[in-house]
Amino acid sequence: MDKKIRILIAKPGLDGHDRGAKYIARALRDSGYEVIYTGIRQTPQSIARTAVQEDVDFVGLSLLSGAHNELFPAVVDELVKNGADDIVVFGGGVIPQSDIPFLNEKGIQAVFTPGTPIKTVVDFIESVQERA
Amino acid sequence: MAENKKIDERKKLWEQNTVKPVLDRFPERKEQFSTGSWLPIERVADPRPFTEDEYLEKLGFPGEYPYTRGVQPTMYRGRFWTMRQYAGFGTAEESNKRYKYLLDQGQTGLSVAFDLPTQIGYDSDDSHSVGEVGKVGVAIDTLKDMEVLFDGIPLDKVSTSMTINAPASVLLAFYIAVAEKQGVTKDQLRGTIQNDILKEYIARGTYIFPPKPSLRLITNIFEYCSKEVPKWNTISISGYHIREAGSTAVQEVAFTIADGIEYVKAAIAAGLDVDNFAGRLSFFFNAYNDLFEEVAKFRAARRIWARIMKEKFNAKNPRSMRLRFHTQTGGSTLTAQQPDNNIIRVAIQTLAAVMGGTQSLHTNSRDEALGLPTEESVRIALRTQQIVAHESGVANTVDPLAGSFYVESLTDTIEEQAWNYLNKIEEIGGMVQAVEAGFVQKEIQDVAYRYQQEIESAERVVVGVNKFSVEEKEPKDILKVDPALRKVQMDKLAAVREARNNSAVQEKLKELKQAARSSDANLMPFIVDAAREYASLGEICGVLREEFGEYKESIVL
Repeated sequence: MDKKIRILIAKPGLDGHDRGAKYIARALRDSGYEVIYTGIRQTPQSIARTAVQEDVDFVGLSLLSGAHNELFPAVVDELVKNGADDIVVFGGGVIPQSDIPFLNEKGIQAVFTPGTPIKTVVDFIESVQERA
Repeated sequence: MAENKKIDERKKLWEQNTVKPVLDRFPERKEQFSTGSWLPIERVADPRPFTEDEYLEKLGFPGEYPYTRGVQPTMYRGRFWTMRQYAGFGTAEESNKRYKYLLDQGQTGLSVAFDLPTQIGYDSDDSHSVGEVGKVGVAIDTLKDMEVLFDGIPLDKVSTSMTINAPASVLLAFYIAVAEKQGVTKDQLRGTIQNDILKEYIARGTYIFPPKPSLRLITNIFEYCSKEVPKWNTISISGYHIREAGSTAVQEVAFTIADGIEYVKAAIAAGLDVDNFAGRLSFFFNAYNDLFEEVAKFRAARRIWARIMKEKFNAKNPRSMRLRFHTQTGGSTLTAQQPDNNIIRVAIQTLAAVMGGTQSLHTNSRDEALGLPTEESVRIALRTQQIVAHESGVANTVDPLAGSFYVESLTDTIEEQAWNYLNKIEEIGGMVQAVEAGFVQKEIQDVAYRYQQEIESAERVVVGVNKFSVEEKEPKDILKVDPALRKVQMDKLAAVREARNNSAVQEKLKELKQAARSSDANLMPFIVDAAREYASLGEICGVLREEFGEYKESIVL
């Protein structure tokens, strides 16, 4: 049997809005993935460290404070520094459409805004796995 | 409930002769109906009226125990609720401009939103602050920023609410120091600090210190203000964020009141007399879309709190028994899709808050699921309150929904279920233990998960999201904070550090540290002294971090 896909759901920065992150974590777990949730107020460094230690395939970042343009790319940079550039990073939260091309360019492969059905996230994960 | 055989018999006949034939031909939309928080709803509410004794015991008259019908005898016939829009972003200069705009538009009180570094006690130049400076509120590092924030706003004339929790004492100290500079004495200051740490552990996340020293800071504020700032609301015990985290209406009431009980216990344990501080406790609730459930929630909350203060804590002063509250419309009910629909949601929520007897209200702007609200959106939100106040007529009689069979039965149900939670939390050993054990978080998360799944399956309809959706273009006019702002704020802070008397700052911080170490000192005067010397928020909180340590989240999934 294939190794289960492992996903880290993480909250960078100082934002405490964790309803979405916890929902995604639980819904992905119920969809059959192994999910680890970091809790709130994590630095990009600690997220990357956890991602490497836990040997995850994906990191999902959640942020509602508006700091995504700084903090999402910082997580990608930290993963690269840790030699974990194979880990796929996606994000979600209150993120204006106009910021998404920038985030994509910085290596955040998908951004899910409020109201996204969980199936869209699952489809994304499955499509990435198929490509790999 | 009153005996009423005639009505009971007639209802049975109605069900057999009138309802059943209709149901046979036209089934109802659902097998079971329930409120937004899953309380079951009957086809028609039990039509039995109260007996006189039941009326007097459960409802009474407005301004009298148990305050079910409102905390004041005339409510909005005297004056409307305070229209208080929560605002703040970027620098103190920009926020000051927004406040003056809101006051010009007829707003009657200020409500300050701080950025996350400020809320967590970090200066703008701290490495934790990267990306967050000025984003969700205004950045305040020192008294200097606070002077700019309230420039030209007379602090003896406005009441100011500050959403600040872990470092509440520091921001209150800054406010006091600004007032002094304006020539306004402490006893003239009116306003509120949120100062509710327990819900930060449960739902909101801007905690710094562990529960014990946090409760000490809170009771220090109670004591200090009872003597020095007597018109200040020393805490705003908040269910708002508990609801935003996904709780039910019952949980919102129960967990908020359980937090309140914990604060009262802590203050009494610190030697305060209940009637010396309880009158300055205030509350903060959410208003969701289920209109009647929300009105019932506010009424039930008042009745429960009055009873607890009277019977559990033996309060004698009626002020101590009155649950006064601020309301904010439900942020998580806003949709990013078809954002103008949010105006209608907010209008319904405004009606709920007003018919529920709120003392002040913030109405959310239509675009808050997308980002910070634009000036135009904020104006529409304020206008919504003004239309309800001046045009709808709902403010002309006190507690207009009292006596509605449905609303009264919901009020009773919410009260009963909230008491079940309160008893359970008491068994666990109080709210601090219940939070540390993850009980409260787990209860909320389970229903939050259920709620979201109902949206996913479209069992719960959200207009514009899972039904009636359209292809949409990217919305224009989203307010963005300049990412260069952190640099601006860091330069300002450096200039303050350069200009101030640094040896005096060090001296005051040292005194604060010593006071923090001795467990019986009230820290407020030391914090005010440090604030006057332009010690920064991060420096003051840094001293306390060293002495008190930091809270670690108990992660529950």
